[in-house]
Amino acid sequence: MTFKEKAKIMDEGAVQKALTRISHEILEKNKETKNLAIVGIRYRGEFLARRIVENIKKISGSSVPIGILDITLYRDDLTEVAEQPQVHETHIDFDISDKNIVLVDDVLYTGRTIRCALDEIIDFGRPVRIQLAVLIDRGHREFPIRADFVGKNVPTSLKEAIEVRLKESDGKDEVVICEKDDR
Amino acid sequence: MTKKTVWTKKDLLGLEYLTAEEIELILDTTRSFKEVSTRKVKKVPTLRGKTIVSLFFEPSTRTRVSFELAAKRLSADTVGITAGTSSILKGETLKDAAKNIEAMNVDVVILRHSTSGAPHLLAKAIEPSVINAGDGAHEHPTQGLLDIFTMREKKGSLKGLKVSIIGDIAHSRVARSNIWGLKKLGADVTVCGPSTLIPLEIEKMGVRVTNDLDEAIKSADVLNVLRIQLERQKKALFPSIREYINLFGVNKERLKNAKKDILIMHPGPINRGIELTPDVADSEYSVILEQVTNGIAVRMAILFLVTGATGGSPREGRKK
Amino acid sequence: MKILIRSGYIYDPANKREGAFDILIQQDKIFKVAKKIKDKADKTIDAKGRVILPGLIDMHAHLREPGREDAETIATGLDAAISGGFASVCAMPNTKPCCDNQEVVDFKLKKAKEANTANLYAVGAITKGREGKELSEMGELKSAGCIAISDDGNSVASSSVMRRALEYALMFDLPVISHCEDKDLSADGVMHEGYVSTVTGLRGIPSAAESAIVARDLQLAEFTGARIHIAHVSSKESLRLIRDAKAKGVKVTCETCPHYLVLTDEDAGGYDTNFKVNPPLRTKEDMDELRKALKDGTIDVISTDHAPHIESEKDVEFDYASFGIIGLETAVAVLATDLIVKNIIGWNDIAATMSRHPAEILGLAKGTLSEGADADITIIDPNEEWVYGKEDIRSKSKNSPFIGRRLKGRVKYTIAAGKIILSE
Repeated sequence: MTFKEKAKIMDEGAVQKALTRISHEILEKNKETKNLAIVGIRYRGEFLARRIVENIKKISGSSVPIGILDITLYRDDLTEVAEQPQVHETHIDFDISDKNIVLVDDVLYTGRTIRCALDEIIDFGRPVRIQLAVLIDRGHREFPIRADFVGKNVPTSLKEAIEVRLKESDGKDEVVICEKDDR
Repeated sequence: MTKKTVWTKKDLLGLEYLTAEEIELILDTTRSFKEVSTRKVKKVPTLRGKTIVSLFFEPSTRTRVSFELAAKRLSADTVGITAGTSSILKGETLKDAAKNIEAMNVDVVILRHSTSGAPHLLAKAIEPSVINAGDGAHEHPTQGLLDIFTMREKKGSLKGLKVSIIGDIAHSRVARSNIWGLKKLGADVTVCGPSTLIPLEIEKMGVRVTNDLDEAIKSADVLNVLRIQLERQKKALFPSIREYINLFGVNKERLKNAKKDILIMHPGPINRGIELTPDVADSEYSVILEQVTNGIAVRMAILFLVTGATGGSPREGRKK
Repeated sequence: MKILIRSGYIYDPANKREGAFDILIQQDKIFKVAKKIKDKADKTIDAKGRVILPGLIDMHAHLREPGREDAETIATGLDAAISGGFASVCAMPNTKPCCDNQEVVDFKLKKAKEANTANLYAVGAITKGREGKELSEMGELKSAGCIAISDDGNSVASSSVMRRALEYALMFDLPVISHCEDKDLSADGVMHEGYVSTVTGLRGIPSAAESAIVARDLQLAEFTGARIHIAHVSSKESLRLIRDAKAKGVKVTCETCPHYLVLTDEDAGGYDTNFKVNPPLRTKEDMDELRKALKDGTIDVISTDHAPHIESEKDVEFDYASFGIIGLETAVAVLATDLIVKNIIGWNDIAATMSRHPAEILGLAKGTLSEGADADITIIDPNEEWVYGKEDIRSKSKNSPFIGRRLKGRVKYTIAAGKIILSE
C-alpha cells in the first residue's frame, strides 16, 4: 500500500507557532513549574517534548525534567503486527510521584498509543495528574481519551494518513496529509 | 533511523546459527529490557497470557531462576519442571514429555539437557518456541549473550576486543557460545587451559590456543574464566587440583602483567580459590555480579523476540 | 528351468571379461556365456542397456533374528537384500542368543530356507557369547555351516585370546573377521573426534581407537601366519597400516561400507541419529583415502554393515541413540550415484568388491560369471533415477541416512541359485 501526498497542512512556521502556543497553555494550566515534567513518546513525541521544554525555559526561565517513553512493551497488538518492532529504551530519570506530567506525542488518532503510555507511566509511580499534548488531533478515537493541548485539529477520513516531519528526524518541519493510493 | 534487522527465528538453539546482525539486535533489545529491571514496578505487560515452561533435565538453580524472573517481568505465566522431582518426566523420553507439554498449549519451552543436540530434537518435534538453556557440551546461548552484552557495555565495541577464555574448554558450552558470538562480532579470542581440556581442531573456530596462562592474561581486555568440574580429575584429564591452581588459577599476582582495565568474568558458580582467588573474584576488575543482572535482561529480550517471531519461522540447525 | 539373459553388459573381473553378452542359466548353474546364444529358454530377460554383475554378496549384515525380530527378521532382511541386488548375505553372530553354537546356526539357516529367497550364510562367534574370554567351538561351527567367525559389535579386547583365536581358526581355514575398536579409547564417544565433534559438543571417538587395534591384529596375523579380515575400515590411519601389511605379505583383507565412502562427520553434525554409526563417519580426508584405497586394491570388499534399529532406539537424543544404519537396499545405488556416475570407480570395481572378493575370502563358488559357477546374478539399470522414500523401505527398520535421496542406478533383477528372486 502506498500513500500519495495530498496537501501540506502545516509548514515550519505553523509548527513552531503551535508548539509555542502549547507551551504557554501548559504553563497557564499548571500555574507553576515546580512539579511539572514533560514526557515524550518515542519516536517523534520525544523531539516535540524537547522543544516544549526549551520553550518553557525561554518563557518562564525554569528547567523542567524531561522523560522519554518507549511504549512497545505495552502494546496490545504485538501478536498481530506484521513484524517484530524494535524495542528502545525508556528514560525517566526522575521520580514521577507527585508530579504533573504532560505526555507529548505527534498525532492523536485511535488513542491506543496513549493508553499504552498511561499504563507504562503509572508503573513508574503515582503522578498527581497526567495531561496530554499533541501536535495533531485527527479524530477516530477508539478509546475514551482526549488531548488537553492540541496544535491543530484535522478532520480526516480513514483512507488518509497524517505525516508529521520534524527537523530532528526528517530534516524539516512540516505536516502533510496523504491519501491511500489505490492504483 | 538505524538499519532494521527483523527477528524471524522461532527458536534459540545456539549462537552458531545467528548472524552478527541478529546478535546485535538481541544486544540492543537487551539494553531496553535492562532498564525495566531498574523500575519501581519491575514488570511490563508484554507477554501477558503467554505460558512458558522451563524443562530442566539437569539441575541449575541460577539459569532457571534467571529465566523465570525474566518471564515474570514480562508478565508471562511460568511453570518449572525439573527432572527427578517431577513425575511428568518419570520414564518418559524427552520427546514424549515435550509432546505432553505441547498439548497443554504452551508458547515457549526452555530446555536444559545434559546431551548435546537435545534442543534440536525438541524443536523439530514441537510447535512452541524452544530456547536452549544449555545442552551438553554444545552451547549455552543466553550465557554467551549475557557475557557479550556485559563486554559491550563495559568496553563499547567488540571489534578487535581481546578475550581470553580460561579453563576446561572441551566440556564447556559457555566457551562455545562465547566463541561463536565473539567471532561473529569481530573480537579476537584466545582459549587457554590444560592440553587435555582443549578439544581437537578448535583453532578452526578461529581462536588462538595457548597453554600459558600468563600469555593469555597479558594481551587480554577480558578474561572469561570457566568453572572447572572437579570430577574431571578422576578421569585423568589433569593430575591434581593443586597443579591446576598452579598452572591455570587466576590470582592477583598473575594479574600484575594484565591491562589496567581488564575485565574478569565468570559464568558461576565459582570454585573460589581454584579457578579464581577470592580477592580477584571480588576485585574492581570483576563484573561477575553484573553478568547476573544482565542475564535477566538478555533472557527477557530473547523471550520477547522468539514469542513475536515473524516470517516463515525457519527452524535452525547445523545441517548443510 | 532355463533362463536366458539377453544382451546385458557384463562385468566379470574373475574372467577379465566385460561387454555385451548373453547368459544362459540352467538349473542353479551358469550354463553358457556367449556373444549370441540361440538356445531356447523357459524365460528370457531382455537386458539391453543394463549392467550385469555376478550376484552380489554382503559379507557383513545384522539380521537381528533370533532375539530382535521387532527390528528385523531373516525373512525381512533377505527381502531388503534382494531389492538391493544381494544374492547372498552373511549374517553376523550378535543375535540373542549369540551364534556361538550349532543350534543357532541351524536355526538361522532353517529360517533362511523358509524364506526361500537369497542365500544366507552364518558367521559364528570367535568367543563364547562374544565375551572375548573363551574360544567358541569353531570346529562345530564350521561343520554346522559357518563360513567365517567374528565377534562383530565387540572387539576381542584380550590380545592373547585374539592370538589363540587366529591360531585355532587356521586349522579350519575359517576367516576371522575383526571388529577393531579399543573400547577404552572410544569410551562413551558418539561420533568421530575432530572439528565437528568439537563444535557440536558431542563426545568424540578418535581414529586411533580403530587403528590401534588394526595395528595389533596385523601384528598377530603376521606372527601366527593366520588370515584376518578387518571389518568396516573407516580411517586413513587403518588403511596405511593395512597397505603396509599387505606389502609385507601378511594375509590380510579388509572391507569398508558405502556410508564411509559417501558421507562424513559433517553429515552427523546436525544431530540426526540416522548418521550415528560405529565406527563413526569420519572426515572428508578419510573418505578420500578410502576411495583411493578402493582403486589401489588396499580395500578388498564393500559390505553394508546393515544394522536395523527400531524407531525408539533412534528417535531419541543423539547420545542415547543406538549405533548403526541400514544399507542393504541402498548400497549399489548410493555407490553408483556418488562414485560411478562421477567416474571415481567403475562397475568392475563393484563386481570385484561386492561379489568376487567376498566369494574368494569366504571360499564360495560365486563371484564369477564362469560357466559352471552358481547362477547368482544381479541386473542393474544404471540410468534409472529414483528417490529412496521411507515408505519404500523393505527392511523392518527405517534407520537410513539416505532417505529422501535422489539416486541414479537401480537393481532390477536379483537371481540366486538360478531362481529369479527380484524382478521388475
